[in-house]
Amino acid sequence: MATSSRFVASLRRTALSPRASPCIKRIRPVTQVRWTGSTSATSEPHQPDAKGTVKGGPAPAKAVKFTSEMYPEIQRNSKFTNLSEEHVKYFKDMLGSESAVVESFSKDASEDIEPYNSDWMRKYRGHAKLVLKPATTEEVSRILKYCNDNMLAVVPQGGNTGLVGGSVPVFDEIVINLQRMDKIRSFDEVSGILVADAGVILEVADNFLAEKKHIFPLDLGAKGSCQIGGNVATNAGGLRLLRYGSLHGNVLGIEAVLPDGTVIDDLLELRKNNTGYDIKQLFIGGEGTIGIITGISILCPQRSPAVNVAYFGLESFEHAQKAFRAAKNQLSEILSAFEMMDGRTQKLLNKATGKKLPLEGEHPFYCLIETSGSNTDHDSEKLQNFLENVMETEIVSDGVVAQDQTQMGELWSCREGVSEALGHWGGVYKYDLSLPIADMYDLVNDVRDRLTEVGLVGDDDSHPVVDAVGYGHMGDANLHLNVPVRRYDKEVEKQLEPYVYEWVQKKNGSISAEHGLGITKKPYIGYSRSDTMIKLMKQIKNLYDPNGIMNPYKYI
Amino acid sequence: MSGLRILVPIKRVIDYAVKPRVNRAQTAVETANVKHSMNPFDELSIEEAVRLRERKVPVSEIVAFSAGPPKSQDILRTAMAMGADRGIHVVVEDKDPQLEPLGVAKLLKKVVDEQKSNLVILGKQSIDDDAAQTGQMLAGLLNWPQATQASKVQVEGETVTVTKEVDGGVETVRAKLPMIITTDLRLNEPRYASLPNIMKAKKKPLEKKTLKDYELDAAPRLKTIKVTEPPPRKGGVKVEDVDGMISKLKELGAL
Ligand SMILES: Cc1cc2nc3c(=O)[nH]c(=O)nc-3n(C[C@H](O)[C@H](O)[C@H](O)COP(=O)(O)OP(=O)(O)OC[C@H]3O[C@@H](n4cnc5c(N)ncnc54)[C@H](O)[C@@H]3O)c2cc1C
Repeated sequence: MATSSRFVASLRRTALSPRASPCIKRIRPVTQVRWTGSTSATSEPHQPDAKGTVKGGPAPAKAVKFTSEMYPEIQRNSKFTNLSEEHVKYFKDMLGSESAVVESFSKDASEDIEPYNSDWMRKYRGHAKLVLKPATTEEVSRILKYCNDNMLAVVPQGGNTGLVGGSVPVFDEIVINLQRMDKIRSFDEVSGILVADAGVILEVADNFLAEKKHIFPLDLGAKGSCQIGGNVATNAGGLRLLRYGSLHGNVLGIEAVLPDGTVIDDLLELRKNNTGYDIKQLFIGGEGTIGIITGISILCPQRSPAVNVAYFGLESFEHAQKAFRAAKNQLSEILSAFEMMDGRTQKLLNKATGKKLPLEGEHPFYCLIETSGSNTDHDSEKLQNFLENVMETEIVSDGVVAQDQTQMGELWSCREGVSEALGHWGGVYKYDLSLPIADMYDLVNDVRDRLTEVGLVGDDDSHPVVDAVGYGHMGDANLHLNVPVRRYDKEVEKQLEPYVYEWVQKKNGSISAEHGLGITKKPYIGYSRSDTMIKLMKQIKNLYDPNGIMNPYKYI
Repeated sequence: MSGLRILVPIKRVIDYAVKPRVNRAQTAVETANVKHSMNPFDELSIEEAVRLRERKVPVSEIVAFSAGPPKSQDILRTAMAMGADRGIHVVVEDKDPQLEPLGVAKLLKKVVDEQKSNLVILGKQSIDDDAAQTGQMLAGLLNWPQATQASKVQVEGETVTVTKEVDGGVETVRAKLPMIITTDLRLNEPRYASLPNIMKAKKKPLEKKTLKDYELDAAPRLKTIKVTEPPPRKGGVKVEDVDGMISKLKELGAL
């Protein structure tokens, strides 16, 4: 068997590239960053591991404006020490190897440092002159202790795919990047518990687990670049939360380092453990503000051998809700994802990437559903019945079902490719919101009307806004309101904020469902949290990080 | 002539995105609980047949055919959802002796005679055994012209013009019906099975048959001695810097 043709993958990719390439990247065990060169990618991630220059992205990183210039209201805190040559020497001596330190102090290495300074959205850019890449927990501990003793501010950084500007410095904070902590420590095939370094790339972890017939309980579009430590630090939600639940439940233990160098060794592999306050929960979603996560233990479910993916076109948002209810009802335990994209999103995806959409004609809304189960026959029967039902009752207007893994990957790319495609015109204002499902899409319409009324939306360069679109994890009542723009523009921002936050507050929603607070949402936390809650949070921050060196200017 | 009577033989194989594993006894590849799909080249064949019809070439019938285990039904339904008019399934149980290319070709000859097909579109190979013989053998048995590795097919009346992929370029050939075409990757981009068409496909006729019905002696002529996996890729090593890389390359004798 063996066979050159089974690995026609590559051949097929060249032959049918629009159809075959994204999915191959998705499904086959590859470790490269998923979006490398996959589209025209003006939003090419500023991957730290891209040595020197940022690959692929047409506009150089330099084009990203400094956060300090865009947001002059944020001032450098003078309590922090300015970095000196002596500090740099200390770190070089400590970390030894060349690849562990990037600095533009003794030489001009601004090119090398740029990818660590600017974020994935090309919205934020810091002035860091030093990047440290420790390889062990011990090194992290020594770095932090030294920084804490010397009042040097730091930014923990994983894959730098965060969407709220939390992973890059604002001023001259030292970047502590975890990419060299990339070892899988252990995996127990009976319990399904994985223990690994924080810097392991999500896709690498998942491919490792696939070999063992298990699955990482989180999946998201950035899987080829983001790190599991970064995922935990942001409490990322992603595409399968509906099925596997949140990291607050799946992460069983954490190893982390506090700013004073204390190593918290809480890498437990216990499903149940009611012995006191559950401190690790503070690090899940803590966004690097109280310590650096260096390792995690996480419960990984069995991988489902039977997976199906279908993609529908629907007449209205009402219909999308009906489809969701029908899916929950009829597919119940095998439903593993339910994603919604409005028609505008899909049109822009097509415009930005040239990707041919799976359905003929245009539909106002699209949904993608995935089922995962253990028995192909059982699942297929359920799915068939469901599909028949939603067609007959005209809940969906049209749809396709993937017949093989290649098509599954293709259909998924209609959802996963959205984030990147929307950056195509220059930038995106992103709002990641929890809202009651029934009201979810009204916000998108309201925002579009608002921007249109003041003349900011248009087809040519004189209008900053391309469109206002909505998509998201409908199964989790999580809307991504995105406003793709040709340039970041204060006028647009003024129309959007605090309008969007006020809207969400009125519905008792959350202004940050899964992306976190970072620098973007910090000023607005009050729209979703009471004064008492914020006070308690500040107490925790002060308790663990009394000097405030951890990821300053962000979070709360 | 009343129109093309197209026969498209298709095969159920391990999904091409799945990495096959050899069983412990090293006699075969593990198939239990492994995702199976239509051989990708066969998807191209079905698609091309349907496109001929859509291009208003007179097509009176597209018949999808598969010999294989009961589950081959699924891919026949897919073929019908893509646009084939009906299906024929010769059930070969997993426990029965498996067909070899010559056996399949002989079987197909009988099907062609029975169905009065005048165009057979096959995949150039199936990705499980990679034999790439069936189309050619069938052409031999029928004594029909054949165009292999098609990347473009044009039909005008009785004349079929096929652009073939050959090493470093293309070759264009022409023949009169009836004929055999085998498909290559650049031929087209197979469509998705749409929901309405999946529903319709359920109602299209699917005939079940056995090898006996065709009075075929398809006893295997080959014996599989051993199946092994390719040697695993050796893990890479990371070097700290350029000097480290140079000394490593020297060590490996690459410099
Ligand atoms: C294309 C795309 C799709 C996405 N889809 C989703 C999605 O579906 N759901 C979702 O929830 N999010 C999504 N995200 C955002 C998501 O938060 C991040 O992709 C991911 O979780 C961050 O991981 P990272 O390693 O890149 O962290 P970074 O971006 O490097 O860091 C994020 C934050 O965590 C901190 N941090 C990082 N590592 C550590 C550590 N080891 N210890 C302490 N703090 C640390 C940083 O300081 C920063 O505040 C998406 C992003 C992209 C670009």
